[in-house]
Amino acid sequence: MSNCCPAGQAIRLTTPLSDDVVMPLRAGQEVLISGIIYGARDAAHQRIHAALAREEELPFDPTGQIIYYVGPSPAPPGRIIGAAGPTTASRMDRYTPALLARGLKGTIGKGPRSAEVRAALQQHRAVYFGAIGGAGALLARCIKVVEVIAYEDLGTEALRRLHVEDFPAIVVNDCHGGDAYFEGQARWRRATP
Amino acid sequence: MKEIAATDISARVANLCIRACTVLPPDLIAALEAAREQEESPIGRGILSRLLENAALAAEEHLPACQDTGIAVVFVELGQEVRIIGGSLRGAITEGVREGYGKGYLRSSLVISPLDRRNTGDNTPPVIHTELVPGERLTITVTAKGAGSENMSRLRMMVPADGTESVRRFVVESVQRAGASACPPVVVGVGLGGSFEQCALIAKKALLRPLSQRNPDPLAAALESELLELLNATGIGPMGVGGRTTALAVNVETWPCHIASLPVAVNLQCHAARHASHEWS
Repeated sequence: MSNCCPAGQAIRLTTPLSDDVVMPLRAGQEVLISGIIYGARDAAHQRIHAALAREEELPFDPTGQIIYYVGPSPAPPGRIIGAAGPTTASRMDRYTPALLARGLKGTIGKGPRSAEVRAALQQHRAVYFGAIGGAGALLARCIKVVEVIAYEDLGTEALRRLHVEDFPAIVVNDCHGGDAYFEGQARWRRATP
Repeated sequence: MKEIAATDISARVANLCIRACTVLPPDLIAALEAAREQEESPIGRGILSRLLENAALAAEEHLPACQDTGIAVVFVELGQEVRIIGGSLRGAITEGVREGYGKGYLRSSLVISPLDRRNTGDNTPPVIHTELVPGERLTITVTAKGAGSENMSRLRMMVPADGTESVRRFVVESVQRAGASACPPVVVGVGLGGSFEQCALIAKKALLRPLSQRNPDPLAAALESELLELLNATGIGPMGVGGRTTALAVNVETWPCHIASLPVAVNLQCHAARHASHEWS
């Protein structure tokens, strides 16, 4: 297959994201993301958080950007990245509101966010996207250019600039309080004896 | 007395690590395909399709199915008539993991300890569970256990008065609490009984059982079926966005326990249930 996923009814998004693009998004919508996204997880967020606290310049300007919670496996010869599926977003919850306040418009991960993050998404008009956990090989195909821009010593946890094309995700939390996990489970739940 | 070279063990274990991470087992593929047939949520079906495509792509391109190639948890059944030459069993397996994670381009995801979080650099040491068995057989099973599901696993020391109903509630709550973080559809290993640590171990061993195989004990098998139905009634669905497929299987393992205890462990496994085995016989 040449594409990461069939276009179907997915909404195409290109970074950087503006309020005009983010506000119409609704929980449960499928999207295809293209452009630059920033790969960072636990250790990189810890360093970014420390930099923010010390009022130091960050390795990248979060305004309009998307952070993808990913720690890729090593790139085999001839490839730019190994498997690159999402990691659990809740581990980055405590670092996220401050980044949203700095203009971050999206995060990509898997699993539910805390109440504080969900409130911050509404306050700062940003979105949390869910990518398919475990689809490491498939999602790696959507990544066309990889550059480590900071914290190289962290290896898989380094901060990376990723150029993606048609990266598939679902809007989990929109900026209006919608929640695809809550809504999905409510819709498909069955009573049992 | 059968002699097996430590270097042979290392070489095999290296290959098992790579195979476990890149080729998902046939029973898992079959379970995902069956789930896709029965899934009523269109988004859920789409996710299951993508997971199957991912599995095929990973096997074809020798890439890990998931970037979290996990902590290596190795189960060994060592025949009492087997002699390992040229090294220790632990040394041989450790070297195999080091080699496999290196040459297989698998991720090194271990830190020295929770207190010293420097990466060990080569995904060692593996966790090794060894059991002595009669005869000349050596069987090694390597599992790659990722953190997404492992982090959501739980153990509770209940008491007899809590009863099976509390066990059911604990298992269902554990899966609900995990939600999308454990990458459903999940495989659920339930340990019932034993001492504290034995309970956890049998829950993990439960994950190795073929997915279509029920516990031969009718009481345990009945609990497995009930739990599977309860879990699939939650509506959590593939990747938590809603659907009928939240769990692919529930495997319950029991063990005798103290008259005052009702230990229960829930070891969650994501849909990338990875293991590979080799037997020297």
